[in-house]
Amino acid sequence: MTGRIIAGLAALAALAALVAVPWWVPGDYYISIASQILIYAVFALGVDVLIGYAGLVSLGHAGLFGLASYAVAVALAGGSAQFGAILLALAVTLAGTAIFAALSLRATGIGFIMITLAMGQIMWGLAYRWFDLTNGDNGVNVAARPMPFGFDLEVASNFYFATLVVFLLALLIAWVFVHSPFGASLKGTRDQPRRMTALGYHVWMIRFCACLFSGLLTAIAGILFVYYTKFISPQSLALTSSAEVVLMVISGGSGTLLGPVVGAALVVIVKNVASAYIERWNMLLGAIFVAIVLFMPEGLVPGSARLGRFILRQLRGAPAKAAKP
Amino acid sequence: MSLWGILAINSVAFGGLLFLLSAGFSLIFGLMRIPNLTHGSMFMLGGYIGASLNLAYHLPFWLAALGAAATVAVFGGLIERLLLRRLAGSVLAQVLVTLGISFIVADFCLLAWGGDPVSVATPPGLTGGVRAFGLYFTTYRFAIILVACVVAALLWALLDRTRLGAMIRAGVDDPEMARVVGIRVSRLFTTVFCLGAALAGFGGIMGAPVLTVYPGLDGDMLPLALVIVILGGAGSLLGSLVGSFLIGILYNFGQAMFPELAYFVLFLPMVLVLVLRPQGLFGRYAP
Repeated sequence: MTGRIIAGLAALAALAALVAVPWWVPGDYYISIASQILIYAVFALGVDVLIGYAGLVSLGHAGLFGLASYAVAVALAGGSAQFGAILLALAVTLAGTAIFAALSLRATGIGFIMITLAMGQIMWGLAYRWFDLTNGDNGVNVAARPMPFGFDLEVASNFYFATLVVFLLALLIAWVFVHSPFGASLKGTRDQPRRMTALGYHVWMIRFCACLFSGLLTAIAGILFVYYTKFISPQSLALTSSAEVVLMVISGGSGTLLGPVVGAALVVIVKNVASAYIERWNMLLGAIFVAIVLFMPEGLVPGSARLGRFILRQLRGAPAKAAKP
Repeated sequence: MSLWGILAINSVAFGGLLFLLSAGFSLIFGLMRIPNLTHGSMFMLGGYIGASLNLAYHLPFWLAALGAAATVAVFGGLIERLLLRRLAGSVLAQVLVTLGISFIVADFCLLAWGGDPVSVATPPGLTGGVRAFGLYFTTYRFAIILVACVVAALLWALLDRTRLGAMIRAGVDDPEMARVVGIRVSRLFTTVFCLGAALAGFGGIMGAPVLTVYPGLDGDMLPLALVIVILGGAGSLLGSLVGSFLIGILYNFGQAMFPELAYFVLFLPMVLVLVLRPQGLFGRYAP
């Protein structure tokens, strides 16, 4: 019971801290970093639905993320209204995800990783080569951010609030999704696909729907991203980007909702802080990747939760139980 | 007409390079059940090391190629022994570690060799070309095809005619049973990993006079290896041979005919194979 109260208070404190970000961080640059963290947190949540709850690791999600971004940018360049561009991006990305999922779900496990990786590279290749549509390596610019209800998103703190609202909504639907009966059956397909089949569940369809949900969150993140940078280039679709988001999920802790958010914050902060001092960000990314997989395979959030429980037990004086690792 | 003839030779030569890349990838995948995501990096690393040995240390091309292959083989062996071995049984962790290493290698190459493409001169004796049927074919492309055929024959002999090959085939078919009958499968892992790395590194330097070596070469080659193995089937030498030439042809013709959709053309046969025959054309099991 006390645990639940502590968790509730912590969540409220975190929410208050998030809302107050424009007042306690120094300057617009850091407010933008906070927006960037929230955008990547939504993306990581989308990927975590697959990694943590469906047991399917995708190394091609940057392709879907980029698809949403390009859809907005290209539609706006073609003279579409903001709202229309966003709807189009959602529709195009969901359709793209459906194809992506239909092909990659021919396999699970390693096969799934390989097919998603190949398809992510193909999306990158299309963005890079399809010059008429994507302007190749030069990328596509977005002239202006939308102005919902006359709220000017060009101001850094306003954009942050809009991102925060979208992030909280995404977190809420992810929570509902994971805790729904469907979420439970998804975890069932992760742990015991054959028994689930024997129980009469359509394992493939459950996985397919999870992919679509993951694609929805990814599309939302991609749309926020293109408005954030006001620019999209093939670089955002590269394998590095897919790997970065997998790193966020794994480092934070897959199979939790807090993990991807913590992981996104970690990676974005390390990337921005490190890139101010060193040029070799990719080498650092690779090294962190290897270190986390070797030494903390479960991720930061489950790791520190276990540490916290261990300390609590120590404080209450239960040495017999604490002896267990 | 002349364009098609030259394109056909280029396709087959590129297929030969792809075979050097994908044969090891396929064997590693078949035996260890992991896609080695450093394979593109090994191709690139082989190209860079060979180029340095050739240009900076003035070794003859073929000696430089062997040196590059040996260095990359040692590198591959170290990865297998020091990292993958520690993660035995956890396939996902192994894949993620190879991905992490591929980033480190890519950044290291950028640091060591810079961002400009490194070009290697065609080895002496193979410069120039042959005039046939009113067309002009560069000799070096024929050399690549010849080398790929020799390597394919040697690999076939190794796998089909030697004791080591029989052990590898046993390991590919059923690793647990192979262990039970006393084959030291973990030693095979290291052997095959070194062999695959050496072939990829050799492919990198063989390709250098044609493709040059540039940052991002790893990311260009890795998806091709993936597609070939999905097409041909994991662990099948014949599959990677057929897949390589198929992809070589599609890649070159695709780029010439629909440059904007070249990647898409590559992807079509993979889709067909996945839908109709998930274990690949010559594979025994689906990945």
